[in-house]
Amino acid sequence: MSLTATPLGKDLTGLEPLSADQIRVILDTAEPFKEITARRVKKVPMLRGKTIVNLFFEASTRTRISFEFAEKRLSADTVNIGAVGSSVSKGETLVDTARNLEAMSIDMVVIRHWSAGAAAFLAARIPSNVINAGDGAHEHPTQGLLDILTLRDHFGALEGLRVCIVGDVLHSRVARSNIYGLVKLGAEVGVCGPRTLLPAAIEELGVTVFGHVEEAIEWADALNVLRLQLERMQDGFVPSLREYNRVFGITRQRLERAPGRLLILHPGPMNRGVEIDSDVADGPHSVILQQVTNGVAIRMSVLYLLAGGAPHLAGAASSP
Amino acid sequence: MDGADVRRAIGRMAHEVLEKLGGTGRLVLIGVQRRGVDLADMIGEAISAAEGKQVPTGTLDITFYRDDLMALGPRPLVGETKLPPGGVDDRAVVLVDDVLYTGRTARAALNELMDWGRPARIVLCVLVDRGDRELPIQPDIVGREFPVLANQRIDVLVPRLDGELAVVLGRLDRR
Repeated sequence: MSLTATPLGKDLTGLEPLSADQIRVILDTAEPFKEITARRVKKVPMLRGKTIVNLFFEASTRTRISFEFAEKRLSADTVNIGAVGSSVSKGETLVDTARNLEAMSIDMVVIRHWSAGAAAFLAARIPSNVINAGDGAHEHPTQGLLDILTLRDHFGALEGLRVCIVGDVLHSRVARSNIYGLVKLGAEVGVCGPRTLLPAAIEELGVTVFGHVEEAIEWADALNVLRLQLERMQDGFVPSLREYNRVFGITRQRLERAPGRLLILHPGPMNRGVEIDSDVADGPHSVILQQVTNGVAIRMSVLYLLAGGAPHLAGAASSP
Repeated sequence: MDGADVRRAIGRMAHEVLEKLGGTGRLVLIGVQRRGVDLADMIGEAISAAEGKQVPTGTLDITFYRDDLMALGPRPLVGETKLPPGGVDDRAVVLVDDVLYTGRTARAALNELMDWGRPARIVLCVLVDRGDRELPIQPDIVGREFPVLANQRIDVLVPRLDGELAVVLGRLDRR
């Protein structure tokens, strides 16, 4: 094994730049971390002495808490910074914020930002490891990985598995990370939603487009149901929430017509009664809470794989 | 040591475990990944053959407790860690590994065991003691002492991973 290179390089900005083998390494490494969470002492000393900053410019509960659990269970020291109540609200730029943090000797930054490309932008400018926790409508790689891990837990192999992503694909970084990751690992990916919520030319990512949710249900082995992002809905993408539920909502009646047993994933937070009905979300098909459990293991795996190396970015401190 | 030598050593070690701990009462065997796991199973079989009782066994991977992660980088393949049924609280734990060298693996394993619970006692049992410790850790039960030079290596081979049971000296190409 090489003495300096880590299996992933310095950063995790998305699943698009990773190879299938790199994705498999993250998934395989997550397995032993599942067991740590079941222990009485849920902590190992691996990242002792490392300082990790969670820089969240957008609201997040699940992802932020999940990263924080992962960091603490690896014994890292963590600091949480939000946009509100920090100097970001005084107009400080992203790079200035990060450089000031680096001046206090940090080792890693986990960043959630409203702007696509923010994580990659930061990764190219600071020597710390950067992990993308969601950048605009671009990617949310750890969510994609935990979805893929949950699918692998249930189906064993991913090759040939049919996964349909249902709902607001246009605004969804979760959809993009899922598509990149699943396609690389040999799964067949479909997308289904109102045309207004599907990006133009989405087929070029190697996915099949379904206009009717009934067709998607008939085709798929698993559905990844996306949240209708109500906060991004000012521009009339759907006529009404009730109509969306009637046409694209995942209901028990629709699932009962499926030829086989479908697995239902949802990245959360759910709008019950809009994109997913309560009896589906809480029903036997749902693995939504297992996704949350797997999220901690995936993030521990990524932190571990990124932390081991000695990242040195030439000239990082002096470039603009 | 060939397979027969190793088997004889394992048989004696099993009896030493029983003698030292006064029977199988609170005994659990824990093998250190990877080859310690096979040796722990073999000692367990020898004990059940002698006493007619099954001994609970577990496995332990010390990767997350290593002190050289930052120097060597992460190792992607982490073995399974499996607590023995009933845990380790108030048990007499026999920690089994293949080769004892610097003592750093044993140190990591001890720390991990402490995080699992509070064993009544821990006994370190190794097939080969090659000397040159870097920490004040000594084995309680030893298959064979092989003082070898720092630039030599000594490997324990087990059927599951290597296709044979033996202890060999100086194969620098493996691992």
